[in-house]
Amino acid sequence: MSKILIRGAKVLGGEPRDVLIDGGTITQVGTGLSGEGAEVVEAAGRVLLPGLVDLHTHLREPGREDSETVLTGTRAAASGGYTNVFAMANTFPVADTAGVVEQVWRLGQESGYCDVQPIGAVTVGLEGRKLAELGAMHESAAGVTVFSDDGKCVHDAVIMRRALEYVKAFGGVVAQHAQEPRLTEGAEMNEGVVSAQLGLGGWPAVAEESVIARDVLLAEHVGSRVHICHLSTAGSVEIVRWAKSRGIDVTAEVTPHHLLLTDELVRTYNPVYKVNPPLRTERDVMALREALADGTIDIVATDHAPHPHEDKDCEWAAAAMGMVGLETALSVVQETMVDTGLLDWAGVADRMSFEPARIGRATGHGRPVSAGEPANLTLVDTAYRGLVDPAGFASRSRNTPYEGRELPGRVTHTWLRGKATLVDGKLT
Amino acid sequence: MQRHLISAADLTRDDAVLILDTAEEMARVADRPIKKLPTLRGRTVVNLFFEDSTRTRISFEAAEKRLSADVINFTAKGSSVSKGESLKDTAQTLEAMGVDAVVIRHGASGAPYRLATSGWIDAHVINAGDGTHQHPTQALLDAFTMRRRLVGRDAGLGQDLSGRRITIVGDVLHSRVARSNVDLLHTLGAEVTLVAPPTLLPVGVGSWPCEVSYDLDSTLTKSDAVMMLRVQRERMNAAFFPTEREYSRRYGLDGERMARMPGHAIVMHPGPMVRGMEITADVADSDRCTVIEQVTNGVSIRMAVLYLLLGGNEPAVTHARTTEEK
Repeated sequence: MSKILIRGAKVLGGEPRDVLIDGGTITQVGTGLSGEGAEVVEAAGRVLLPGLVDLHTHLREPGREDSETVLTGTRAAASGGYTNVFAMANTFPVADTAGVVEQVWRLGQESGYCDVQPIGAVTVGLEGRKLAELGAMHESAAGVTVFSDDGKCVHDAVIMRRALEYVKAFGGVVAQHAQEPRLTEGAEMNEGVVSAQLGLGGWPAVAEESVIARDVLLAEHVGSRVHICHLSTAGSVEIVRWAKSRGIDVTAEVTPHHLLLTDELVRTYNPVYKVNPPLRTERDVMALREALADGTIDIVATDHAPHPHEDKDCEWAAAAMGMVGLETALSVVQETMVDTGLLDWAGVADRMSFEPARIGRATGHGRPVSAGEPANLTLVDTAYRGLVDPAGFASRSRNTPYEGRELPGRVTHTWLRGKATLVDGKLT
Repeated sequence: MQRHLISAADLTRDDAVLILDTAEEMARVADRPIKKLPTLRGRTVVNLFFEDSTRTRISFEAAEKRLSADVINFTAKGSSVSKGESLKDTAQTLEAMGVDAVVIRHGASGAPYRLATSGWIDAHVINAGDGTHQHPTQALLDAFTMRRRLVGRDAGLGQDLSGRRITIVGDVLHSRVARSNVDLLHTLGAEVTLVAPPTLLPVGVGSWPCEVSYDLDSTLTKSDAVMMLRVQRERMNAAFFPTEREYSRRYGLDGERMARMPGHAIVMHPGPMVRGMEITADVADSDRCTVIEQVTNGVSIRMAVLYLLLGGNEPAVTHARTTEEK
């Protein structure tokens, strides 16, 4: 592996610096560094970030290789500036044993585009009844620390309590998909003014908020940490804010789409807007942005959820829930958080790299851009503006809600331990 | 007029009045010895029914045949749909056979909208009821019935329903009839009040252009028409109300309640009625109840909609998609 000199990049949006990479490590950060013997990347005006870390990705392999594989998903991740993704457990078979998580982990190693950290299921088959072998998954080669039944809620209070307690033994964390199942039977979109007119089954905010309230209290009671997936309502923000003020060890994520889109879009009945949790109202969007800015919400996670064309090219009720997000996440965050003045680039590095790595106990990711650190880096042309064209996606799926929308920012380069995975916007 | 009829909310006041006036002309056809007009001769209309609904399907079929259209009936049961064929493939298959208009009934809210706007087919789309969303021809036939009864058959021509007080009672939450009627009646200038137990009203109903009440008795005395919605007994099992009897006592229309309505006021029902539940037999069979008239008027309204949408006064044309070799 040769030397690379990234010249004149605004490190975390700050003053221009030269960054020298040798092998898999950052060896020097300074000004006027010599490019002798190094491949030089002219980066004047661009922003250099630590490689992004996504705590919530669906790679679909094993089982739904028609929508995504570990290879295509990690290529999408590299395109979006990610060097580490956490792969959710709702595959076929479910990642609820050491065998399945090791398979996913190994496929990630082989891909070479992005490190893949499997997430283990909390319960066998995501059925919410019996704990999966959490310890075995932790001790496997995959070294699982994050556990989630995402897609389904661990709704039984006793199972949730036990899981929170049990993973303390090895520093694990349960990531909860907060959705009270009885309140969301037949739910198709946010319950409110729009659902009343459209005649679509309502998904009340309280179905999310009541589970979050229960779980932060459980975490407090048993002295565990808990992570809340994809907050989508203003009420959820208030509960997490309250829990943090009490010293409860809770962290929370928000998706890019919940920072930008509202349930008004469902008026088109276009299932590309069908997602779990559902798109909410303008008021919720604003509360989520504010919470991400003030740290109540710790991180941005994509909930990248690929689906084949036929699962979206149909009527609303028949469509699958979910949106792809790896390749547009940073642009949406720039649009909603940076260009609005709510967050600077150092804040973006925190919410999209440092904090997700810390929550997931990722090693070698989410590290500062300084000498001696692993060379996991992302270079962004923040002045770019362009229309989203799903035809150019590296993901196997195209179910983006941003098709044809103008968004700012473009990831030009991604380096994984000093190896370029993306150069001038093209995968290597 | 637009190309499609998807939602009553898409109709302007003038569109709606034009449909009602046209329906009056169509009604006269029914009085002729030969109940047929040649206007849609050579046009093909498919009735694409993914949900069982004999009465709506037959009403459309009668309307189509009286306009001399060629009619194809398609029901999902026993067809390739039950073998997993998608809405898109079904619609494209039918259109490839040269269909000019699709009358669609579907259990999923928004299915007709998707059919009309996704570029899947070029044919006209008429919504014959989708999920809990809309049933625009039902609202039109209801408005037609109200105008005839409350304004007059001839006096009503060119008129809307300004100032008429309409009360809609029952399971608003699950009702496409209620949604369509609120939209259309508001457009036509009527004052609408919804009456239901709070469990059977959608969250967000406050944004609708109507009043909402939980009390039937206080609204009856100031109603020109009272429309009773069907209430499925199974709703009881999902705790929308405690028992059938309690529902009937609080929200059912019986003879005693009907007697408190103004003398000119009518009782309406989209059918099928659940006698003993939302309406008693004596009310259902009284001459103030328009349920049979509504069925008759439904044919006239659907003739009018088909005529106006398909431009029945223009010559039949072959549309592009079916003539192209693909």
